Amino acid sequence: MKLLKGALLPVVLLILWEVGMRTHNVQSDSLAAPSQIVVAFWNAILDGTIARRTGETLRAALIGLALGSGCGLILSIVIGLVPPVARLMQFSIEVLRPVPAVALIPIAILTLGFGYGMEISLVAFATFWPVLIYGHAAITNIDAQLIDLSRVLRLSTTARITKIILPATLPRFFVAFRLAMAVSLIVAVTVEIAANPLGIGNELMTAAQSLHPDLMFAMVLWIGLIGWALNAGLLFAQRRLFGPAGGALTVQP
Amino acid sequence: MTARALWMAGSVAVTALIIFVWQLVANYSGIAPVFLPGPDRAWNALVAGFSGGDLPRLTYATVERMIYGWALASVAGIVLGAIIGSSQLARDYVAPMLEMVRPVPVSAFMPVVIAFIGLTGKMIMIVIAIGAVWPVLLATVHGVSSVEPRLVEVSKSLRLSRLETIWKIALPNSQPDILAGMRIGLTVALILTVIGEMLTSENGLGYHILMAARAFRSADLFAGVILLGLIGLTSNVILQEIERYMLRWKRR
Repeated sequence: MKLLKGALLPVVLLILWEVGMRTHNVQSDSLAAPSQIVVAFWNAILDGTIARRTGETLRAALIGLALGSGCGLILSIVIGLVPPVARLMQFSIEVLRPVPAVALIPIAILTLGFGYGMEISLVAFATFWPVLIYGHAAITNIDAQLIDLSRVLRLSTTARITKIILPATLPRFFVAFRLAMAVSLIVAVTVEIAANPLGIGNELMTAAQSLHPDLMFAMVLWIGLIGWALNAGLLFAQRRLFGPAGGALTVQP
Repeated sequence: MTARALWMAGSVAVTALIIFVWQLVANYSGIAPVFLPGPDRAWNALVAGFSGGDLPRLTYATVERMIYGWALASVAGIVLGAIIGSSQLARDYVAPMLEMVRPVPVSAFMPVVIAFIGLTGKMIMIVIAIGAVWPVLLATVHGVSSVEPRLVEVSKSLRLSRLETIWKIALPNSQPDILAGMRIGLTVALILTVIGEMLTSENGLGYHILMAARAFRSADLFAGVILLGLIGLTSNVILQEIERYMLRWKRR
């Protein structure tokens, strides 16, 4: 029932859109009827455009995400375990973090040229921060008794990280990772729209510039679907892996 | 000097050290200055740009665009969010559609809006507003719909009208959510301003740094990026202070 209620408005709007376009016989360079969009989408699947472009975007986004969140994870553990380092790095982090990743696009073009390299580095830069910030918060919030316990047991630093800190912070790191993944897709598509001749973003831009509104809307739809599917997949994994420990955490980016 | 101030000084010193290393790398590593200008050259470009160059005008254009788009988004987000959040009907029928549109990266709407409105300054403002509205809208819906039931009962027994309930109870109650949403919205607004300027060649820092990169004027490029970082930093700090002031009742 809830599903039906939620679906009602979009369905009505889609029908109005379709009927409106047909009855007025609109020929537009910027608008396409839903049926045309579906046809364009289907054709793009058949001729392999979707698979190729999606592969390009996901490759850049995921490699960048792995690099960025990996570095964020390591640095957050370091500054989490050694508080003086955290306090010394604080100013640098506060100053660097607000630099919008998109402002670095021209620098990346200049130094790395077009291609995967620049896109991956920009995604890595953008995904580094959320993992670092949330990861650091997670580590400083570890139950003090657990830390005491690790002292009592005289665990080595490696054992302390693998046996106490990582298990205790894993749910929160996972939430940070989910956030970073959303960021990685956004940054990858944005870089493709703004400059890089790769991926779904570029296909979208080309469709818009060559006046193919049907393909353009199909691409917007597809980007939304990917973002939704990735997030839903990770949410599912989070619930399965951590149960209430992960569910209780809300992320405020 | 307190310990806190000492730590602060230390962490500023670390930043200075990083800048110093950047200078050393730029001077001695053999990377061509076309690709990596030292901080000295970036600083000179910044000073030159401000004392007779274009930078004040470009910065003003970018900041103006960002703030207008963000203000538009905030007002629209709060109004729509209050309407949707306070009505069970709207929450059932409208909110799911909003959740469906949300995962689309806002920059993906940019080509669509360009196709409709064309490459104008107005278009950037609209895209900024569309993008920055989501965090505010969703935060407001969340805040307004999660008002404590007892307060809702109070408003009922006082026979407040729906508008009064929203104005006197729901909105003040969702202030923390709304302010947090607005802070994210401002970050989004800056990002979209930069991309919008790059795509439409409108005057502003975004277009300026893209042109600087194409012409291999790396000092100007870095100066522009530093300025954009400063804009992000300053706007964030200002909003954080406003948030702290407005939420001072919460800390008691």
